[in-house]
Amino acid sequence: MAKITYIENSGEKHIVEVQKGLTVMEGAVANNVPGIDADCGGGMACATCHVYVKDEWFDKINKKTEGEDDMLDQAYEPKKNSRLSCQIQVTDDIDGLEVYLPEKQI
Amino acid sequence: MIKTDALVIGAGPTGLFTAHQLKLIGLNCEIVDNLDKIGGQCIELYPDKPIYDIPAIPECTGEELTKNLIQQLKPFNIKFHLNERVDEVKNNSGSWHVKTNKGTSFITPNIIIAGGVGSFEPRKFAPKECKKYENKYLFYAIKDKKIFEKKTVTIFGGGDSALDWAIELSKNSKINLVHRRDEFKGALSSVEKVKELSKLGNINLFTKYQLKSLKGNETIESVDIEHDNKEVKSIKTDFVLGFFGLIMQLGPIANWGLNFDKKTINVDTEKFETNQKGIYAVGDICNYPGKLKLILSGFHEGALAARACFKLARPNEKYRFEFTTSSKAIKDRLGVK
Repeated sequence: MAKITYIENSGEKHIVEVQKGLTVMEGAVANNVPGIDADCGGGMACATCHVYVKDEWFDKINKKTEGEDDMLDQAYEPKKNSRLSCQIQVTDDIDGLEVYLPEKQI
Repeated sequence: MIKTDALVIGAGPTGLFTAHQLKLIGLNCEIVDNLDKIGGQCIELYPDKPIYDIPAIPECTGEELTKNLIQQLKPFNIKFHLNERVDEVKNNSGSWHVKTNKGTSFITPNIIIAGGVGSFEPRKFAPKECKKYENKYLFYAIKDKKIFEKKTVTIFGGGDSALDWAIELSKNSKINLVHRRDEFKGALSSVEKVKELSKLGNINLFTKYQLKSLKGNETIESVDIEHDNKEVKSIKTDFVLGFFGLIMQLGPIANWGLNFDKKTINVDTEKFETNQKGIYAVGDICNYPGKLKLILSGFHEGALAARACFKLARPNEKYRFEFTTSSKAIKDRLGVK
């Protein structure tokens, strides 16, 4: 289990325990965290599970694979620390991860 | 007013196969889709990506799958209404009156929604002032390139649309091309051409920049763009173009009185009918216990919804189940001997 904090655009925090092996997107959906749509279901075929990763965590999570940045071009207000949460694997190493949710997904 | 036995909304794989099933059992149908081409998400989002879980097809791309489905529909000569979005659905004494944003109207006892995650719309700029200039000095698609002649045009985006238009318009306009990162995702030849034009001074390239704000009164005068390192540049421009790809939005479907669960429509698993008689939902947009968002599930759902349409379209006839291998009526419809 890894403790992950999802911070809504309003500042509201959701701290949930996510089983390792899942993705950060799945952790949000399973725990009813609002603000992550995940329209395509985790296939890296949309950009509606977009999150901003807290800077100190950005280099600790698994790296982007080919295609993720192309999809992020289509996200709402992408920034340097943008990721698709369906591509972030939950492992013991990311216990304590904090991600910020954008103002909206679409 | 077009009269049809069933109207299919959405020309993705599920919509296409549903139309096939409708025609196979002797019903007529027409298809409406907001995109300018047939194929839905398969063609818009992953034309080149391989799919491995279509029964009996070990591997095919989104584009190949679409081509095959179109091929399978060939015998039926189905009318497609592309570039049109269904805006209005109203019930009038038992039949559905449907209207698109282009003014096409249909009257039908059956509507099958195969709408995926809704309709594709261009991703727009975030700053609020952009709205004011939309379709006058700021565009997400180009209809008439003549208006840009001898003007300064600032293009945002890093995909094929942004690159192709930057190259094309650089012949007669001053071009600024702004992208949020160093790499472009367009065709390699276009990327190289843009870099070459940038060296020649025909295109001003700004990478790792994004739009911060728009300045102007009646017309656009300049844009402020911000670098990853927070540095802000102001560039003079007459026009702004945004090519950030398409996003999926539920759109008008939300207003048709259907029973929604988040962005999906609840249906039964016998007819895939919604809470409205004669309106069905199939494919990714429908929801029921155990629903899988797989193309193969969409095919099954479409086949059952098509049979349900028969009852309302031919109330005085009885539907008889037949196999394509043995039915003479089906072979006649397919035009095979």
